[in-house]
Amino acid sequence: MDAFTTHTGIAVPLRRSNVDTDQIIPSEYLKRVTRSGFEDGLFAAWRRDPDFVLNLPGYAGASVLVAGPDFGTGSSREHAVWALQNYGFRAVVAPRFGDIFRANSGKSGLLAAQVDEKVVQALWDLVESDPGADVTVDLLERTVSAGTGIEAVHDSFDIDDYTRWRLLQGLDDVAVTLGHADHITAYESRRPAWKPATLPVRVAD
Amino acid sequence: MGRTLAEKVWDEHVVRSAEDEPDLLFIDLHLVHEVTSPQAFDGLRQASRPVRRPDLTIATEDHNIPTVDVDQPIADPVSRTQVETLRRNCEEFGVRLHPLGDVDQGIVHIIGPQLGLTQPGMTVVCGDSHTSTHGAFGALAFGIGTSEVEHVLATQTLTQARPRTMAVTVEGDLPAGVSAKDLVLTLIAQVGTGGGQGYVVEYRGEAIRSMSMEARMTICNMSIEWGAKAGLIAPDETTFAYLQGRPHAPQDQDWDAAVRHWRSLITDDDAQFDHEVVLHAQDVAPFVTWGTNPGQGVPLSSSVPFPEDFADANERVSATRALEYMDLQAGTPMRDIGVDTVFVGSCTNGRIEDLRTVADIVRGRRVADSTRMLVVPGSARVRLEAEAEGLDVVFKDAGAEWRGAGCSMCLGMNPDTLAVGERCASTSNRNFEGRQGKGGRTHLVSPQVAASTAVLGHLAAPADLPTPASV
Repeated sequence: MDAFTTHTGIAVPLRRSNVDTDQIIPSEYLKRVTRSGFEDGLFAAWRRDPDFVLNLPGYAGASVLVAGPDFGTGSSREHAVWALQNYGFRAVVAPRFGDIFRANSGKSGLLAAQVDEKVVQALWDLVESDPGADVTVDLLERTVSAGTGIEAVHDSFDIDDYTRWRLLQGLDDVAVTLGHADHITAYESRRPAWKPATLPVRVAD
Repeated sequence: MGRTLAEKVWDEHVVRSAEDEPDLLFIDLHLVHEVTSPQAFDGLRQASRPVRRPDLTIATEDHNIPTVDVDQPIADPVSRTQVETLRRNCEEFGVRLHPLGDVDQGIVHIIGPQLGLTQPGMTVVCGDSHTSTHGAFGALAFGIGTSEVEHVLATQTLTQARPRTMAVTVEGDLPAGVSAKDLVLTLIAQVGTGGGQGYVVEYRGEAIRSMSMEARMTICNMSIEWGAKAGLIAPDETTFAYLQGRPHAPQDQDWDAAVRHWRSLITDDDAQFDHEVVLHAQDVAPFVTWGTNPGQGVPLSSSVPFPEDFADANERVSATRALEYMDLQAGTPMRDIGVDTVFVGSCTNGRIEDLRTVADIVRGRRVADSTRMLVVPGSARVRLEAEAEGLDVVFKDAGAEWRGAGCSMCLGMNPDTLAVGERCASTSNRNFEGRQGKGGRTHLVSPQVAASTAVLGHLAAPADLPTPASV
């Protein structure tokens, strides 16, 4: 995973709440066995509409998505995160995230920045009146900022300390945990013997 | 101070805890399927890591597979590749697999309990959000993404921040003809799709205690639909009776030791939940969704709501969009909504009890001419059990299609999809735009409502049905 410190890029206003992962990437696009190539599936149903915000030329090359509350609810498909990344997004800014989507983002290096609803509203207004405007998400400072003068937005975002640390370091989670292998082995040795195992296979009578 | 059930299960699985870090939790059972695992196995291969505990891992094929001609090669080449990739990965890494055609194949959340692998007090994970189903046994069970699937394969653990706890207490008894599905849809409409975010929820109270394991699984299954991390129910005699004698249930002295431990898995009287919700079961009625998220529902006796009646601005916008997508007019009585397709199945309502319920309603009746009905058992064994009871004949005599086991039209990854504009009453768990097929429109319903709707061709409950000519 690449480390994330700060990112500045064009922001897209997605004025929708409850954007579930079936909207981010419909199930028909989940059949690939790689982590790449999912950009075609991103918002596939909505992108068929030429007026959908991602299709507007002013937001071409966008890398920050600004969405309404409860972004990424529903299915656990990490393909939703990969689709956003494959398309070019580095960060999603929203007032609330689905738990599994947020966890998946942290594991894959997509920044899920949780902000107050009024910040999203201000960002929407700003990038709608000035399509192509840059937004900066700074993970070191935990801030999101955009614009200048009276319309400028500068506020903090929430992210848990551990995910922030991992993103800043770009750490391989599995390697970190395998560093605690002795703890795992010790736990395994004290598990009750009656706990079930899948092997050897037992069959119904 | 006492501890909640969820806290007890959590504490029993902490491998390592350190200040300012999430806990490292041991995972007792890892369920794997074809869609969310290929990249995880690839990650292991790239790092030359083995599966740490193949003996705590089990795989099946469910999301992609067809429900007809299951003895033929899978027609869709991309689906076939994904399924074949799972088979190769399981072979290479020594993971037990129940492939299409195997007697223990089925939806991953149906086969775990069926095999007796899901037991009280366990931690259960799967790359699927409906893993919360297993909470019905008093297990801490939750869905994970592919990176975490790889983490569990490699380490048999997960790093997890301790969640907050919530109690949902359902007092009294459900009225006759009202099911667990109606109850959970009522709950979600009340608390909203984000109402459970960050919580592990314990369902308790008289109505829950008197439910079968199948009904409890329906409730816990839908926990994710209101954002909860997991949902669980304290184990009791109903749980033990369901488990005893299943292939992987403990035997002999092990059974006694296990039951002794399981009896301790209850929330202590002086334990504190971070949040509590109380529902009155007698107020629950047949409940259906009108919109495009599981929280957009009303009693069947009610009408499509007016968006302007919602207090919250986001909900107003969301309702307006939903009515447009669903092609519904505010004020239309729910019972007047005609339905093209009825889908019975999924990890929510694809168990034997659900099929019996549906069969009891359609027996001696016919599916309406304007409607097609698919009955998809949740597992190959549920299918065999239903056939042994003659339920397949009841469905076929009524004009329904009797299919092979899998996720099927719940998410339409296989050929079982809705056409653009097609309207479906579905016993599944999600009514998202396009969930059951591009442009398809979904109403979430209970098995009772699904069966009655199939007969009448519009949303309906058993009480709406005329007496059949012959039974």
